[in-house]
Order: sequence, then structure tokens, then C-alpha cells
Amino acid sequence: MRLLSIDTSNLVLSVAVVEEERVLAEMTTNQQKNHSIRLMDCVSELLDTTGTLPEQLSGLGVANGPGSYTGVRIGVASAKSMAWSLNIPVIGISSLQVVAMNALGFPGMIVPLFDARRGQVYTGCYRTDGMESVRACENEKIILLEEWLPHLRDQAQGEAILFLGEDVRIHKEAIVQALGEQAKFASPAANHPRAAHIGYLAMKKLQDGTNAHELVPEYLQLAEAEAKWLAQKQEGLVKE
Amino acid sequence: MGDIVMNRTNSSRYEMRVQEAYQAHKESGAPTYILGIETSCDETSASVVRDGREVLSNVIASQADIHKRFGGVVPEVASRRHVENITLTIEEALAEAGKTLSDIQAIAVTYGPGLVGALLVGVAAAKAVSLARGIPLIGVHHIAGHIYANRLVEEMDFPLIALVVSGGHTELVWMKGHGQFEILGETRDDAAGEAYDKVARALNLPYPGGPHIDRLAHEGEPNVPLPRSWLEPGSYDFSFSGLKSAVLNTLHNAAQRGESIEPANLAASFQDSVTEVLVEKTLRAVREYGAKQVLLAGGVAANRGLRDRLQERCKAEGVPLVIPPFSLCTDNAAMIAAAGYIKYEKGQFAKLDLNGVPGLSLTEQ
Repeated sequence: MRLLSIDTSNLVLSVAVVEEERVLAEMTTNQQKNHSIRLMDCVSELLDTTGTLPEQLSGLGVANGPGSYTGVRIGVASAKSMAWSLNIPVIGISSLQVVAMNALGFPGMIVPLFDARRGQVYTGCYRTDGMESVRACENEKIILLEEWLPHLRDQAQGEAILFLGEDVRIHKEAIVQALGEQAKFASPAANHPRAAHIGYLAMKKLQDGTNAHELVPEYLQLAEAEAKWLAQKQEGLVKE
Repeated sequence: MGDIVMNRTNSSRYEMRVQEAYQAHKESGAPTYILGIETSCDETSASVVRDGREVLSNVIASQADIHKRFGGVVPEVASRRHVENITLTIEEALAEAGKTLSDIQAIAVTYGPGLVGALLVGVAAAKAVSLARGIPLIGVHHIAGHIYANRLVEEMDFPLIALVVSGGHTELVWMKGHGQFEILGETRDDAAGEAYDKVARALNLPYPGGPHIDRLAHEGEPNVPLPRSWLEPGSYDFSFSGLKSAVLNTLHNAAQRGESIEPANLAASFQDSVTEVLVEKTLRAVREYGAKQVLLAGGVAANRGLRDRLQERCKAEGVPLVIPPFSLCTDNAAMIAAAGYIKYEKGQFAKLDLNGVPGLSLTEQ
């Protein structure tokens, strides 16, 4: 079985073709946000490189957020449309979990994070599950970093906490200030999402793969206008 | 966006498949079914059109009810709905047409102008389907689409003048042949539809205001003096912000004097000013350029006041006028498939790096 996997949810663009036990090809770039222009050329190139015709694919995996709204949408819209065209399942994998996979085997807490502006981060907390996968220890969320760090310190009970993700460097100072030596940081390559991880995770979930129509992004927050409208509605200021 | 160069040494498998499919279909002489996709604003639409003329299906998932609560289209909300709806809408369009993807020769998609986040969803979907199935991808200009909605009603007779009026556009377009667009004039400030929405808001009418003004205008008399914005002599450009301000001032001054203005009369006067300028400039262009046909296009083509006046003046002038039915005036994918067919015939295919271009120009596409 061959799977195509895609991540365009942040600055990194990553595409892979995998089989059950092997990664056949993977392309990862950390350039500007031009995923719309580059994604399908990369997919086409990777399919050609691995000698794969689109109709030979058995499924698709895609990082479905959180991340840049537009980036997540490009990945999800492309993946679900391709899966629908080929009548194959598509599996959405958390963009945070994909990054956490880079720390397989880490003895402690694995905390991937993406900057969400205004002091907030999209984040989650993972622990390694043998050398094959990571499991979430709590729900992914958008949270103020200054609230998240003390919470992590309480949860970790002295264990090491590994921070992962391209945006960690923006917040490194605050993290070190709050957690000191307990905070660990990885080498640059471990901060990039790798589509090969998505392919591997998606392969395991292929049986309960989503029908393409049902795949939607996980933004972790409402659009600003919707949030405002709901708040006003709760205060009885507007009607449906 | 040029033609795909054949037999390039570094052609991808995708490009070769597209060319093979295209050549094989051209040689077969079989009808061409194009799948159109449109997501430039707040309608997710997909359609199957045969030979650029016959609509087999035209599915529109409208978000109007969602955006009504915000008093206008919220780009982020629109983009989110597009992602949720896109494959369902395409599937429905095929099912309604009684076709499957194997029957489709090409995917035509709006790539601008429009809301960039919204455009990107349709473009991503179109590229994915094109790559998955190895069939040509065609990028279509949204306004070219509106103009080609007319070809779903009646064959075009060149040279022609198209008056494009919508919430985002007001343009007079000169066409000497298929796919050849020259802009004679366009709005320098607000689009006509935008002016309608703003005046509607001032009259406390619900969003979107255009249809409400139109309805109200038919109940009133155009007896409130409002300016006509002809601009400098010979110009085919438009300007509606002065008119909009005049309406607001009229309301404001009346309120200050403690008088009330009959909203129906104000609506009628506003509509009279807008349609007079639109129609007279169109007719002047018809005479100056010697057009054989006039096309009305865009969402405001649904406006009764504009349709009636244009019909009357074109009749007097002896030039045939085409107005699409309402369902083809507002944003829809059938018009995109219709415009895409012209590019299909010429082999003008987009590559997989096609991007959403919010400010795409009609003449440089």
C-alpha cells in the first residue's frame, strides 16, 4: 500500500510517499509561505520520483491543523479533493502531533508549539509510546504561553520538558525564564514537521479513514467575527 | 499562463497525461464536458457544462445566511465554509449532471479576482482533481466568467459590449472575439453593487441591500434630485461614491430639518441615477464602437430597474441585448466552465503552480 502525505499547516512544506514499512520519498522545505504555488508541483515530483501513479495510492494523510489558517486550508482542501477524486480514504493528523513525533523515545514531556500571536500558542503535550508513536496527555489548545508554562511545570513534576517547533525560538527566553533547566530544546531538524510521520500515522488509521467530505481543519479557534458574534449573542445583543 | 510545451524533456508524468488526454479527446470529436469550480467570494459552486453552452448542473452552496449576521462577507468565515463544502459541492454537481469524473475533460476554476483565502480553496481543489485524474486545469478570470454566463443563453455575436455590474465590479468591456477582453471603462471608486449596499444600510434595509432597493424603487417616484456622475466628456469610467454621499447628505439634512423623506422615493431616485449612467454609457459605447450585441453580466444584472432601462434603450437603438437568468447572474460555476471552454479549445492550460490572484486583471490573464 502506498500513501501520500502532506503538511502545509505552517511555514514548512513537507510531502512524502510511504509504504507500510518504508518511507519511499520525502521532501521538506522551510521557505516562505508559498504553499499554494508549490504544493502540487512537489506532489507531482514525488509521485514521479517514486514511480507512483495517483491511482496507485491507497490513501492520503494530511496535517489538518492547528497552524496558519490559510496553510491548513491549502493542505486540507488539496488532500480531501485528491482523495475524493481517487475514491480513497483521507486521514487528518494533528499538525502538533506530527512535530511531536520528532521526539520519539524522549523520556519526559514533549511539547510542540506554534505561535498564535498576542502571547498565545497552539500547543499540546505528548509522551512517547515506545519508539513508534506519541500519545497526547491532554487536549490540544490555544493558550497564553504565560499560563501554559506554569501548568506544564505542575504536570511534569520535575521531569524534563522538550519544546519543539519552528516558533520555539521566538519564545525561548520566556520558556527558560519560567522553567530553567527543566526546559529542553532540540536540534533544528527536530523542529520541522515531516510528512513521513504523517504517512506512518495515517497508515495505521487507514481502516477508520475519513470519507473525504468529512475532513475539516482543526483551527482550535473560531474566526474572530464568529467569536464576537457569539459573545454578543450570549449577552442578548443580537438575534439569530 | 502559456500553452503547455509538448515533448519537453523534463515534462512531468502529469503534463504528459494531460496532453495525451487532450489530444485523444480532440481527435475523438466527442463533446466536451467541463467541471467548473467557483469560490471567489461567499458561494461555493460547482457545475458541469457541455461544449461551453449547455448547463448540465450548477450547484451553489450559498453562505448568504451566515454572512447576513455580520452585515457583510467575512473572508475568514467564507474560506472556512468553502473547505467544508468543496468536495460535497463538486460531487453533487457531477451527480446532478449524471456524470462521473471519468466523463470530464477539464477542470476550470476561478483564480481571481476575489478574496484570496476563498480563491485558494477552489484553486487547491481544482489542482488536486486535475493531478489525480490527469486532466487539464484551466484558470478562469471571474469577470470573464460573468460575461460568458451569457453564452449559456445565446451565442455571442462579435464585436460586442459587455456591461459587468456586481458587488465588486462595474466595467464596460469590449470584445472582438472569444477570450479577447478590452476594458473601456471601470469604476474609479465604489462598485455599483457596493453603492447599493451602502445606501440600503442608510435606509435601514437588510443586507444584501441591492434587491431591497430595487423593490422599494418600484414603489416610489424618482423625485429627489440626485447628481449623475458622467465624469469628463468621452470617459467610460464610472463613479458612485459621490452619488452615495449625496443620498446620505439628503437623509442627514432632512433629519436635521425634522423632515422625513419617503424611502421609496429616495430609492427610486438613487436607482434612476445609477441606471441612467450605466445604460447611457453602454449605449454610447455601442454607437462609438459599432457593437453587434450588448451583454449584461454580474449580480446587479438581476436588478429590474437596470434590466428594464437597458432593454428599452437597446430596443430603441436596434441592438440585441442578452441578459442571463438570475441564477446565472450571481456567482456560479457554470459561467466559469463556459469561459473555461474557450481556453480548452485553444489548449490554454494552467500549470500546477496556479495561484489565487486577488487583483487579477482581465486583460492580462
